[in-house]
Amino acid sequence: MIRFLLKGLIRDQSRSRIPVIVVATGVTLTVLLHTYIKGIMGDTIEMNARFSNGHIKVMTKAYAENMDQAPNDLALLGAGKLLSDLENQFPEMEWAARIQFGGLVDAPDANGETKAQGPAMGIGLDLLSQRTQEPGRLNLVKSLVRGKMPEKHGEVLISEQFAVKLKVNPGEKITLIGSTMNGSMSIHNYLISGTVSFGSHILDRGSVMADIEDVRSALDMSDAAGEIIGFFGNGFYDDESALEVSEKFNSAYSGNPDEYTPVMKTLSQQGSMGQYVKMSDYMANYIALVFIIAMSLVLWNAGLLGGLRRYGEVGLRLAMGEEKGHVYRTLIYESVVIGIIGSVIGTILGLFFAWLLQKYGINISKMMEGSSIMMPSIIRARITPADYYLGFIPGLISTVIGTMLSGIGIYKRQTAKLFKELEA
Amino acid sequence: MPVFGLLTICLTGLSQSDADYILKKVEKNMSSDNRVFESSMTIRGNRTSRTITSRTYSVGDTKSFTEYLSPAREQGTKMLKLENQLWIYSPSSDRTIQISGHMLRQSVMGSDLSYEDMMDDRKLTDVYTAKISGNEVIDGRKTYILDLTAKVTDVAYNSRKMWIDSERFVPLKEELFAKSGQLLKRTTLSDVIKIDGRWFPEKVVYKDMLKQGDGTEFKITSIKFNQKIPEYIFTKAALKQ
Repeated sequence: MIRFLLKGLIRDQSRSRIPVIVVATGVTLTVLLHTYIKGIMGDTIEMNARFSNGHIKVMTKAYAENMDQAPNDLALLGAGKLLSDLENQFPEMEWAARIQFGGLVDAPDANGETKAQGPAMGIGLDLLSQRTQEPGRLNLVKSLVRGKMPEKHGEVLISEQFAVKLKVNPGEKITLIGSTMNGSMSIHNYLISGTVSFGSHILDRGSVMADIEDVRSALDMSDAAGEIIGFFGNGFYDDESALEVSEKFNSAYSGNPDEYTPVMKTLSQQGSMGQYVKMSDYMANYIALVFIIAMSLVLWNAGLLGGLRRYGEVGLRLAMGEEKGHVYRTLIYESVVIGIIGSVIGTILGLFFAWLLQKYGINISKMMEGSSIMMPSIIRARITPADYYLGFIPGLISTVIGTMLSGIGIYKRQTAKLFKELEA
Repeated sequence: MPVFGLLTICLTGLSQSDADYILKKVEKNMSSDNRVFESSMTIRGNRTSRTITSRTYSVGDTKSFTEYLSPAREQGTKMLKLENQLWIYSPSSDRTIQISGHMLRQSVMGSDLSYEDMMDDRKLTDVYTAKISGNEVIDGRKTYILDLTAKVTDVAYNSRKMWIDSERFVPLKEELFAKSGQLLKRTTLSDVIKIDGRWFPEKVVYKDMLKQGDGTEFKITSIKFNQKIPEYIFTKAALKQ
């Protein structure tokens, strides 16, 4: 039976070619769009988690209320003990103390006078200790453009774009003018050990990365940290587990009215990023769903058109004595075959284009100039297991349902009128 | 001037020239050809309290040089103001940085004072139009309340309200407002003493109303007027010495 149907489809290409092309096109677009959405949203979340939010973040309550401003005057004190407590209480997670700070970087000329200045966004993180995982987490070594990683205190990395703007090179000194934890002006010299490029406009336009101890010394933050961030060991954010950890930690401090009490926030609870995480889950599914429904309507319509186009053929088969049920079933079997072939071709093509987009990406750095959102300058797709079967929903199911609906007409045909219809 | 007898009786009858006269009397007390003073600045934050001591040399309202004496972290930091330019020298980085633009709005040593506050030493009568709006008793002292409205645009505070001691012509309280009418800073002055024939408040408490904490207490520990100050003090070279 199947061989018979296949022969029919192969020999009568008007029955197979257009439907397969329509199904394959729809499935290709469905798969590509899904991987694109997953890629752009996942990359943005991951980048923000690694550079700023962590999977979990511990701050003081007062700091948490204004965390977008990184108010270091409200930083955690006794950060060393808190970090060690967190490591003991939640050993399944990786913890790191960080200080985010803003300031002005001043590049001196040979006479020590200002050569160039620019606003900087800085991160103080553990770059020098033996057990640090921060350079790997931020992919610093691979992000190096010139120079080398900091090897001793007083050395910093700055973004390549910023270095070019300030006309400074690795091995030269810069002065960071910032504000201490107490609000005093801080003027501190650093040696540029290397320049980095992260592929994110907001990071590349003016970032400075220094060892946290150097930042503590510059900002008068002895044993303090703006935030302690935690990451799941497998590197992937899991909202449910993160909520469990935060509830356990926060329960120990519940009822404490002190605004400097530590509080733990998951990625999904952190202001605008939290909304983005929640939105991304819904968005990816909604966009995929809307597209699947749209494609389903197209393929359904194709199925209906196929049924109408074969009106005469069905009439002839009925006139020859073929049972209505048999005709109906064969049309459905054909649509199943077309749906499978179209979905397979569409999925292969969709995955191929998605792979190209994953590997090479689309450079949107020009569009991101002046943006305040930390998102990658190169948009890449991300192929997930769902993409291997997602296309079959519109490709197979919609085609079959379209055929089933259009095929209902078969049962309404009256044998007595068939010859009249055929004559016409 | 006989009008001052009337001031306390009938405020509604006062003119702007009377308000200007009060301001000029205040300026006579508060400003001098030059002065050298040592001060302590106690900054009361939410979590900590710090005291910073300094020595300042100033000539008129155009030149000023301050050297921070303690604590150790701030020791050796120097600030030089010449006309409308301000430089800060940090001994730890051995850099002299000019403070300009938005940096002028930053807090001085974490206090409730901004660099902009330090810079704007122009005479009040040159910058504001004054009007007497009432009187009040503060800590047992009769005061005139003066409402000052800016008559120039390049000013940090669009309007001020000053409570002037009606006998000594020293401000006892001041409120500084933004153009929107929002109260930005409140200053209370006390410990008024007579030095070299002028009344001078030894203690000033500044409160930045947009900042947490209990304000900054600025106390003059010693002050000398009309001293001979070597001219080299007011040079950039002096910052590194």
